[in-house]
Amino acid sequence: MTAVNTITPSAADERKIQSVKRMKEIMTAYYIDAKTAAENNKKVAWITSGGPVEPLIAMDVIPVYPENHGAMIGAAKMGIDLCERSEQMGYARDLCSYARADIACATVDGGPIGGLPRPDFLVCCNNICGTVLKWYEVQARYFNVPLFIFDTPFIHTEFSIEAQKYVRRQFEEFFVFLEEQCGRRFDGDRFEETARLSYEALHLWQDILDTTTKRPSPMTAFDAFTHLALIVTLRGTRTAVDYYTQLREEMLGRVARGVAMVPREEHRLLWDNLPIWYRMRWLSETFASHNASLVADTYTSAWSGMGDHFDDKDLVGALASSYANIYINISIDRMFESLKKKIQKYEIDGLVMHSNRSCKPYSFGQYDLQRRVMDELGVPALVIEADMVDERAFSEAQVDTRIEAFVETLRQKRVS
Amino acid sequence: MIAAGIDIGSITTKAVLLSEEGILGSHVRFTGYNAEQAGRTVLDELAAQLGLKRKDIRRIISTGYGRRSLDFADRALTEIICHGAGAFYQNSGIRCIIDIGGQDSKVILLDETGKVKDFVMNDKCAAGTGRFLEVMARALEVDLEAFPVLAVKATSPARISNLCTVFAESEVISLIAKGTPREEIVAGIHQAIAQRVVALARRIGVREPVTMTGGVARNSGLVSEIERELSLPIIENPLPQVNGALGAAVLGLRMG
Ligand code: SF4
Repeated sequence: MTAVNTITPSAADERKIQSVKRMKEIMTAYYIDAKTAAENNKKVAWITSGGPVEPLIAMDVIPVYPENHGAMIGAAKMGIDLCERSEQMGYARDLCSYARADIACATVDGGPIGGLPRPDFLVCCNNICGTVLKWYEVQARYFNVPLFIFDTPFIHTEFSIEAQKYVRRQFEEFFVFLEEQCGRRFDGDRFEETARLSYEALHLWQDILDTTTKRPSPMTAFDAFTHLALIVTLRGTRTAVDYYTQLREEMLGRVARGVAMVPREEHRLLWDNLPIWYRMRWLSETFASHNASLVADTYTSAWSGMGDHFDDKDLVGALASSYANIYINISIDRMFESLKKKIQKYEIDGLVMHSNRSCKPYSFGQYDLQRRVMDELGVPALVIEADMVDERAFSEAQVDTRIEAFVETLRQKRVS
Repeated sequence: MIAAGIDIGSITTKAVLLSEEGILGSHVRFTGYNAEQAGRTVLDELAAQLGLKRKDIRRIISTGYGRRSLDFADRALTEIICHGAGAFYQNSGIRCIIDIGGQDSKVILLDETGKVKDFVMNDKCAAGTGRFLEVMARALEVDLEAFPVLAVKATSPARISNLCTVFAESEVISLIAKGTPREEIVAGIHQAIAQRVVALARRIGVREPVTMTGGVARNSGLVSEIERELSLPIIENPLPQVNGALGAAVLGLRMG
């Protein structure tokens, strides 16, 4: 039988991340604020997860993220219902499940929080995919509100001077759009302050993710998936900075006390692609039962990676660079370099790739990456097929066998 | 010392008893709906055939989809590691195993010492698996055993373009309706499966020599189609169907 970890209650208690409670309070307050925005004369903008949010915050607009909402729908296991509803509306099952869930949810105010607040306008940045363009167009028509498209060119080799100029211009146009929507001048000082807070949070997030370079790792990618919520929804605010300062303290404390998230950490794994939101607990327990700890992932670090472009003297230029260079807006070669760095930094024994039916830009090229990681770095890699929100694309018995077999091969490799 | 390997698959359950001297015997029965029962019975029947008692068996290793349902097993291991160990035990030269099981197919690469280097499994669907063949046999109203015999008679295999089991079945039905001879359809089915399995193998890179395991490996028509698709010979595995159970027993013996 597989090894079962005997967990004494106190050890399990110690393993719990205390800050989670605070994070839940913050997220609840955030959604209450957003849902009562109209009563408080505040504007709400829906924005993509990789969209430049700093100008919105500077103009007192509350940003709302359909993708974060999609993750909540997935985690609440409400994905199938909403996906099916969108399919009845005529959307293809091949469409990203965040898009399907959101489009359906808007018509019924369903999901775990009874739907998102009505947007005053939409901001769509295509640095993550092309799907969001059509998705936001659909929503702009449905709510009959303006849509701003923030265009970031795909980066094949390098972020050229021309591309930089172009993205900078996008910011300028975005500022003008906001002035029109809010009926007042763009607040440059507030914007700079927001941008600095944003970078501060991104840097703190990187520090937190880096605590897992220690053995044993104080947290896993599953914790990172949960704690990512604030970097997505509240970067640019003091709240996020304060929260991540607290979380970093907690993680450093765990490192000092040697508290491991996976009690007998034998195999250190790297996760690629979005989480499988409706199976977080099962996956985390399955990996832990094999003494495998997912110490890093390419998803949550897509945000921390943005921090590398910080330039206090040219904040617009820095943000242009941060938003254009995110992980899925770059070529396979650059993705490989990024994987390689992580494999070395976190001393990774194996790579687990989630081939996500929903997310084409993330999943396309995974087999090439897998092969390169195995051939050039000698690190075994596993692909599991699933979807982040649509549970119909998940087969427990198959995923279970694959994970178990993968750990068996890691173990064999270790022995030899 | 005697070790038992029990492989509980989606269609059949297999058992092998092994000692340091070699294979004592093997046995296959249908899994049915009770995996636990099937595992227990297959072992008891095999032991009885060999005149052995349960206490003569020192180690029991289970594998396959139902591997965790046997509470009397010392350990449950995945089919991947067991197929690797089984094929290597039968022929230590083998570096690549193509296994077509009841509900999935997989390709396993071994290193020089018989350890699993890498593996890949098909997407979650029955395309190109034993179940797929069964569905097709039913649609054609022929016995699966007759497939190889029919396939050799084919001169221009029918094209089965859909690999989804459900779609392929209706394709086969419309081929029948059009009066396409059975042998051409059977050969076409073999081709379709071979293409799919070889594409899977190419994902991780084929290493020579290659062998095939799983009950489907007894279908010589399909095997030669895969050889053609791979442009490589397939080294025959003498006990393809019980290979996983054999590997489990090998690993049990090794545990001591
Ligand atoms: S396709 Fe991928 S990047 Fe685009 S919205 Fe869906 S999950 Fe996000």
